[in-house]
Amino acid sequence: MAGLELLSDQGYRVDGRRAGELRKIQARMGVFAQADGSAYIEQGNTKALAVVYGPHEIRGSRARALPDRALVNCQYSSATFSTGERKRRPHGDRKSCEMGLQLRQTFEAAILTQLHPRSQIDIYVQVLQADGGTYAACVNAATLAVLDAGIPMRDFVCACSAGFVDGTALADLSHVEEAAGGPQLALALLPAAGQIALLEMDARLHEDHLEQVLEAAAQAARDVHTLLDRVVRQHVCEASILLGD
Amino acid sequence: EDLRVDGRGCEDYRCVEVETDVVSNTSGSARVKLGHTDILVGVKAEMGMPKLEKPNEGYLEFFVDCSANATPEFEGRGGDDLGTEIANTLYRIFNNKSSIDLKSLCISPREHCWVLYVDVLLLECGGNLFDAISVAVKAALFNTRIPRVRVLEDEEGSKDIELSDDPYDCIRLNVENVPCIVTLCKIGYRHVVDATLQEEACSLASLLVSVTSKGVVTCMRKVGKGSLDPESIFEMMETGKRVGKVLHTSLQSVLHKEESLGPKRQKVGFLG
Repeated sequence: MAGLELLSDQGYRVDGRRAGELRKIQARMGVFAQADGSAYIEQGNTKALAVVYGPHEIRGSRARALPDRALVNCQYSSATFSTGERKRRPHGDRKSCEMGLQLRQTFEAAILTQLHPRSQIDIYVQVLQADGGTYAACVNAATLAVLDAGIPMRDFVCACSAGFVDGTALADLSHVEEAAGGPQLALALLPAAGQIALLEMDARLHEDHLEQVLEAAAQAARDVHTLLDRVVRQHVCEASILLGD
Repeated sequence: EDLRVDGRGCEDYRCVEVETDVVSNTSGSARVKLGHTDILVGVKAEMGMPKLEKPNEGYLEFFVDCSANATPEFEGRGGDDLGTEIANTLYRIFNNKSSIDLKSLCISPREHCWVLYVDVLLLECGGNLFDAISVAVKAALFNTRIPRVRVLEDEEGSKDIELSDDPYDCIRLNVENVPCIVTLCKIGYRHVVDATLQEEACSLASLLVSVTSKGVVTCMRKVGKGSLDPESIFEMMETGKRVGKVLHTSLQSVLHKEESLGPKRQKVGFLG
């Protein structure tokens, strides 16, 4: 394939990173005052906002209420100006619905839903700028937002994407690397126990390489966990200073 | 007595924060935070065909997305009604010859023109949506940078469009005559500017006035379940013009100050 070299001979990627290096992550909790919990994350040029409402009473039909646990409802929406080509519909198309279902699956594994029976927890994720790794950024932002809302969780949920080029596993793919057509793996991990909440892989990959790519994604997710942990501690510090402890 | 619940006077705005160039892969963007109302506007410039009745002009397309972040009722298609209403209001206030110079958006008559897609994202709803959205649209249009193109004609007569090599070579829009909306809510016998959610719930009728920086009214609309008598409409219009002029001068000064800081400006966005 002419043109773009995803991994140079010296081991540098298109944007100058090493194979296992993450993009710069900056995050903030408590962005909106009116929501129960909110968070904003920037992973390189990918920017995502997550807002959590709940736990509250089930909206719509009461028949959907589960007698022993809470219902987790997720919506994924990406702004029309988020991608290079303007998107026509922010949400409601197939990809957004699928992402919503994946987020729901991820968070049902992590949130302690047995503590809130017959209620509903809404997680709304909005992507402001998409530059690869949107699922991972959404999961990381949603984790922070759920923590900001005070909803008890089993553990952090940290996600990262990974790919495979020229025998090397790359962590945290950008849009250019995703569009090149190689295999992509999205992984959501609960770091303390090492449990996988969601694993999804696209395109062909030989099973001998799977372990290498999986390990790269897991290591990247653990690195994300260190960063998110720091963000949460700093937020709690600031909040306790404001409360005057 | 001119005192509201939060200590403001009847004609005072809440603290407004405006920041441009928040989203980097758009032609222009702006974020406005007015109390608890948070709006993000992105402008994308694309090439298209001019409309048949106006072959020498480009045009603007508005789209308003009421995100579920603002309230759970906007999930799925719940925010579509409000979004369409706001988009239609934006089309009406820009529907005159003087608001924005559409002839500068034309590349070659009847064939190519710039279409500006203005996308409004409503992130948090804390009252007074129309004012915040119109301020954000004006700031985003001020920030828009459209690449300069040249039309080359070769021997057979077929035209080729060439983009300039320098990424900083671009045309800016003149937003001097872009109007801003001032919403006046009638509460009891008085009217207030910049109502919060609680004040909007108490008011039966409101008047939306779209005012340019020179004090010219381009569009006026009454919203709400209640009715207004004609004298109050004239009073509210006068207040709207007065408040609108002040809003424009302060917005212009903020935008120029931000512009003067240049490309080394610290971009805060949602992290601040």
